[in-house]
Amino acid sequence: MADDYPKVDRVMGGAAGWISIAFPSILFLYFLGLLPQIALGPQVHGIDWVPSLGINLSVLLDGLSMTFVLLITGIGAAVTLYSARYLGQHPDYPRFVSYLLMFMVGMLGLVLADNLIMLFVFWEITTIASYLLIGFNADSAKSRRSALQALLVTGTGGLILLGGMIVLGNVAGTFQLSEILTQGDMLRAHPWYLAILLLFLAGTFTKSAQVPFHFWLPNAMAAPTPVSAYLHSATMVKAGIFLMARMNPALGGTDAWFWILTLFGGVTAVFASVMAMRQTDIKQVLAYTTLMALGTLTMFLGAGTHYAIMAAMLFLVVHSLYKAALFLMIGIVDHATGTREAGVLGGLSKAMPLTGLAAALAAISMAGIPPMVGFIGKEFMYKAGLGLEGFGAFWVTIMAFAASVMMFAVGGIVALKPFRGDLRPTPTEPHEGPWPMLAGPLVLGALSLIFGLVPGVLGYYLVGPATHAVFGEVREVHLYLWGGVNMALILSLLTFLAGWLVYRRHEAIRTRLAAFEARNPVDFDAGWDRLLEGFKAFAAWQTRLIQNGSLQRYMAVTFGTFVVLVGGTYLIKGAFRSGLSLTTEGIHPVQWAVLGLIAAGAMLTVWTHSRMTAVAAMGVTGIGVALIFIMFSAPDVAITQLLVEVLVVVLVSVVMLRLPYLPRRSKATFRAGHAMIAGGMGLVTTFLMISVLATDFDRRLTTFFEAASYPEAYGRNIVNVILVDFRALDTFGEVTVVAIAAIAAFALLRGMSTRRKPEEES
Amino acid sequence: MQSLILTTTTRLLAALLLMFSIYALLRGHNLPGGGFIGGLIGATAFILYTIATSVDEARAALRIDPSNLAILGVGVAALAGLGAGFAGDPFFTGQWLFLFQDGDSYIPLSTVLVFDIGVYMAVFGGILTLVFAMEQEI
Repeated sequence: MADDYPKVDRVMGGAAGWISIAFPSILFLYFLGLLPQIALGPQVHGIDWVPSLGINLSVLLDGLSMTFVLLITGIGAAVTLYSARYLGQHPDYPRFVSYLLMFMVGMLGLVLADNLIMLFVFWEITTIASYLLIGFNADSAKSRRSALQALLVTGTGGLILLGGMIVLGNVAGTFQLSEILTQGDMLRAHPWYLAILLLFLAGTFTKSAQVPFHFWLPNAMAAPTPVSAYLHSATMVKAGIFLMARMNPALGGTDAWFWILTLFGGVTAVFASVMAMRQTDIKQVLAYTTLMALGTLTMFLGAGTHYAIMAAMLFLVVHSLYKAALFLMIGIVDHATGTREAGVLGGLSKAMPLTGLAAALAAISMAGIPPMVGFIGKEFMYKAGLGLEGFGAFWVTIMAFAASVMMFAVGGIVALKPFRGDLRPTPTEPHEGPWPMLAGPLVLGALSLIFGLVPGVLGYYLVGPATHAVFGEVREVHLYLWGGVNMALILSLLTFLAGWLVYRRHEAIRTRLAAFEARNPVDFDAGWDRLLEGFKAFAAWQTRLIQNGSLQRYMAVTFGTFVVLVGGTYLIKGAFRSGLSLTTEGIHPVQWAVLGLIAAGAMLTVWTHSRMTAVAAMGVTGIGVALIFIMFSAPDVAITQLLVEVLVVVLVSVVMLRLPYLPRRSKATFRAGHAMIAGGMGLVTTFLMISVLATDFDRRLTTFFEAASYPEAYGRNIVNVILVDFRALDTFGEVTVVAIAAIAAFALLRGMSTRRKPEEES
Repeated sequence: MQSLILTTTTRLLAALLLMFSIYALLRGHNLPGGGFIGGLIGATAFILYTIATSVDEARAALRIDPSNLAILGVGVAALAGLGAGFAGDPFFTGQWLFLFQDGDSYIPLSTVLVFDIGVYMAVFGGILTLVFAMEQEI
């Protein structure tokens, strides 16, 4: 599967490969060096970016971000090394690397951000980069669809999240996370709390694929295997978990938080573990176990006790280690045998002993068997669950138990079954993977073992500081392998027993689930397609309604809307009563003449039957207006108006010359309708102008520009100084629009002529 | 429709209009004028030339494609804004250089002028893109 492309002769991906390996490795070492400092307390650094909006490029490095940074760069190094060998000969490998690095930068920025807006920017970078990565095999329709689905689901969630961030920022009075996190009590009591919470959770649940937004994640397996390993172990999907953990001191600890997170998390975990049993493709099995892990993490973050958060942070590390190793292992098996079907693979341990070793280490950790760190993770989850009160304890413990049983069984399916027993025929002859691909899974698997044997190191440097950051206050974190005989250990033993039974019967269970799935009417993935179809139909309907291509109708709608909205506001606000005065006093005879010219031009435009006359008459009206500008000493505006009028007449007559004469008489109703809109437009504008003039003219701006123009901008022409200096950014926007509009019109006209030409020839 | 009178006078008028457009551009900071007006006047020169001769001749006389000129103008305007960054000021803060200062007489040079030249090019190029396209394609 990974081999179906024309190969380019490149060792380890060439320069792109080495750069991609160096980037995360160097960062990993750098942050590793900072570890002792961060274990003692968080650090904040920053520079101003948009100070007027409170948006700064500032970094918050505490236990939580440190844990994530090390996972992102550490697993990133393993994944880039792996991909250099796995995809290094792919013709588009440099493109792949740039997406991967862009994603990595997005993730690092996300977890290090101390500013909500900055966090959001990086959040969206990961969304876009993951779209590009999932759709890397762009010639496959399936992979394009999966990429778009991931983009739309997580992108929609991201926009909702932005809403939540803005509300939160306004309530807290700052966008700095380090300041927001200290205001937890105020935020939880605030009337907007629930709104903020729901908006945030919409973002994190879509990103971290909680039910019912889970369907994009298994589809995202269309990505190349190293991408799956990276996105679904340490990064992308954990971004939602990260944000929930990050916001815990500010938003956590309420009933709403507890129930929403534990319910959604629990349902996701159990739903995913059932779905994992259903799959035959090992990569899909792993995809669903990722969902399960995300559900479990959400559930324990929701539970919110010190123990629960410690369990969540520990499991976060545990899961990243074994999941990345397993995904990478699947890639090697796929590479070597040409298949990922669980039913086909078997007896690979002889041909691929090192791959088998890595798989075994990771899977034993996943199954939660001592002395792996996975065992400690599971023990702490049980302890945390049992430590809760009331129904919560029951719910969380049961859900964690169910998920752990399935993880045990899945560990057997993905890592035991393919390697044990007799060697079965596979599409290609199995052989051991090359070292760059083996290094990552082996090191990660070894770490699962080492951390299990010396859990104190992990507790002191990572899990402890991370728990402090999430829980909000400092309490001792002590990790240990053997906690004596207690309830958690008994549950663990029960887990092994139940897990073993499920593993033994997993093929029967899969057949049952497949039969059930065939009858199941609820299919989220198909529902998604229907939703998109619905959107498309709606968009087509409203385009037909609003944009039917008739310029007359566009104008009628635009001006009609103006009349109704402005006129309506005018009536409702009772602006008529506020002392309107109409006086003709002080109007010079020349001005009367100009007014007559304008009126005559307008009337001629309406009455004439010749388009040319109409255009010229409109020009007369415009030039009349320009004359008025001159009389009231606004030469710049007048010159511009004059030039624009001339240009309009020229341009329109160029077009008009090709059009036939107007019909002698348009329909009476048509004319009446348009007359009403035009008359309404005139009346509303007139009354608007009169009301504007009736209020006192606010001269503050004029005075400012008059005073500041020369001393500050060295110019005496205020209009020009405003255009090119005080409000240069606006002008810049305008010229950009001019250029784009011209080029767009050019393209449109080009299109018309190329469409017409073939007809002329025939 | 070719008119000898129009073609002959246009040669003169177009040249005058172009010079006048530069004049309007340069005086804009202190007196009526500026990049926008200058660009419009400059465009009129070429429109006149187009009407008097043909689009192809006007294009040949312009030498550079007007849409390129428009985009170049936007680029020049953006660069003028970026200049402020080197002085540590916010985007688009005008930077001034007074050459040959002798009492009250000097030659003022500024990024503001560069910006206005960008505006001139964008308007000039934009309008001509449109006019050429209309004359040619319709």
